[in-house]
Amino acid sequence: MKEFVFIVRLDELPEEKFSPEELNPLFHVWESWIDGLIAKDIFVSRGNRLGAAGRVVKKGKVITNGPYAEIKEIIGGYFIIRANSIDEAAEIAKGAPIIGNGNIEIRSIYDMNE
Amino acid sequence: MQQKELIPHLYRTEFRKITAVLCKLFGIEHIEIAEDMVSDTFLLAAETWGLKGVPNNPAAWLYTVAKNKAKDFLRRDTLFNQKISPEIQHSTAESHEIEIDLSGKNIQDSQLQMMFAICHPGIPPESQIGLALRILCGFGIEEIAIAFLTNKETINKRLFRAKEKLKELDVKIEFPPEAEINNRINNVLTTLYLLFNEGYYSSTHDQVLRKDLCLEAMRLTYMLIENESTNQPPVNALMSLMCFHASRFEARTNPKGELVLYDEQDTRLWNQELISRGEIYLNKAATGNELSKYHIEAAIAYWHTTTDQGIEKWEKVLQLYNKLLIIEYSPIAALNRTYALSKVYGKEQAIEEAEKLKLDGDHLYYTLLGDLYTDIDDKKAIQNLEQAVKLIRSAADKKLILNKIKKLSG
Amino acid sequence: MKEFVMIYRNEAMPEAKYSPDEMQNILKQWENWMGSIAAQGKLVNQGNRLGSEGKSIKPGMIITNGPYAEIKEMIGGYTIIRADSIDDAVEIAKGCPILHVGGNVEVRDIILMDR
Repeated sequence: MKEFVFIVRLDELPEEKFSPEELNPLFHVWESWIDGLIAKDIFVSRGNRLGAAGRVVKKGKVITNGPYAEIKEIIGGYFIIRANSIDEAAEIAKGAPIIGNGNIEIRSIYDMNE
Repeated sequence: MQQKELIPHLYRTEFRKITAVLCKLFGIEHIEIAEDMVSDTFLLAAETWGLKGVPNNPAAWLYTVAKNKAKDFLRRDTLFNQKISPEIQHSTAESHEIEIDLSGKNIQDSQLQMMFAICHPGIPPESQIGLALRILCGFGIEEIAIAFLTNKETINKRLFRAKEKLKELDVKIEFPPEAEINNRINNVLTTLYLLFNEGYYSSTHDQVLRKDLCLEAMRLTYMLIENESTNQPPVNALMSLMCFHASRFEARTNPKGELVLYDEQDTRLWNQELISRGEIYLNKAATGNELSKYHIEAAIAYWHTTTDQGIEKWEKVLQLYNKLLIIEYSPIAALNRTYALSKVYGKEQAIEEAEKLKLDGDHLYYTLLGDLYTDIDDKKAIQNLEQAVKLIRSAADKKLILNKIKKLSG
Repeated sequence: MKEFVMIYRNEAMPEAKYSPDEMQNILKQWENWMGSIAAQGKLVNQGNRLGSEGKSIKPGMIITNGPYAEIKEMIGGYTIIRADSIDDAVEIAKGCPILHVGGNVEVRDIILMDR
């Protein structure tokens, strides 16, 4: 089994797009889906949800509001799962109830036991 | 040899192995892709290990990452897929998974086949050495540039042209057919000998690098010896020759890095182990009917490892140079023959012979004449040495001759 | 103290070629930078270096194979740090070795979950 990080990219952060009332049920669906992964014993790490505060640091300069600067996408968060192959990981990702409009970038992880 | 740091060390030992295997897999037309992929693997290693620590088996980590990169690339690149992958996939159709074989056996085979591909007679010699250093020895572009006393851009251009030539000639990465192997081995030996000489006679002052070039040439020659079908008498003869020459490595430069002439060397510094290894290879070379130029040069080199200064030694050397010149003329052999002649029959006769050589553009010719005239006609000796100085490019060589002139004038 | 993630981005296919010595230097720079963050007690998790294998997925469908989705740049990895403020985190990010090889660092605050 290999580990893969799922990077959730959104057009807008959920807190900015939805009211708390709208958001609660959406989160609930998301959490249930995560619980399913935990039950299948393929969930490795919850990772992190990311907030709206962001900067991009380049050599010699800092661009504020960075996440939105170059592309109309923002990383909402990431988590790590376990799968036999990237294709298997992709199948898992297809079922993700992404909140709002977005996509999931799946990436393999270099570990020390390569 | 000094201990290299982790990445440079691994680069030197592993780059060539992975590159050879990938290049064999992709075909020579994709040599850059293979090379870039391996370079990229090393950069990833630097970043990943910097972030998370160095793994227990760094070489194995590199192999796995390079393998995955190659697989990923084969899957991703559709153009490449259509052209190349069908063949690769066809061979492993059952598993539907591209296999990249980084076993010791396949690494060894791929490197040998790569050696035959690079030492193709269609590639200019200078480019062959450059490619050999890059692909077979895993030298960085910068190191190659230092070895050739030039800059990175020039080397990059040279390697680029060489690779284009390989593609144009559609050189295959494979063992030559049994019937052709002798012929093809000669090309390989020529390149390996050039590589060795690049280190032995190179004008770069980087002593470590010079020794490295020689050791690499010996390592590649040894690979041919280890392989049954390429373990031919001329290969052993070349190895013997290299051992004999390399035995004088410590003695032929002084602590300041200046060249010490053969006659002035401290013979206690000659490496006896390399000399006896040279003898072993020379014995192994003495099978079959073929007497290659490497046999003769090795025999000459053998005589130079003896401290005996008697006439018998020089008679043997003279005979050998006579034979060598018959097989293959070269200016240096002609000059050396004349020197040996002077030792056997005296300087006057050697001067007569030297005048016939017609090597007016060669500083070594005037150096020889300078030596021959010394004690016979010192004025003429000085004139010749001064002529040599005009033609010499290397500062170290120039200094040697200027010292000689000083002695004669003083 | 709050937690922040530093997301490293670089060109997917870097043009620049590095010599073995330069790469050794890159390794050292990362080690030293990680060490310096840890020495300040600000390293939460050194995170991960991500592989070149990748896919982008929308619910129900794969949109791209490979990580090189719509931009030349790709995420190379990430690290979690602890800092007083995003500006403090940005100061740390300014020391990231990736800035010397044409890359950049996105610094984002982490929403701590009560779950």
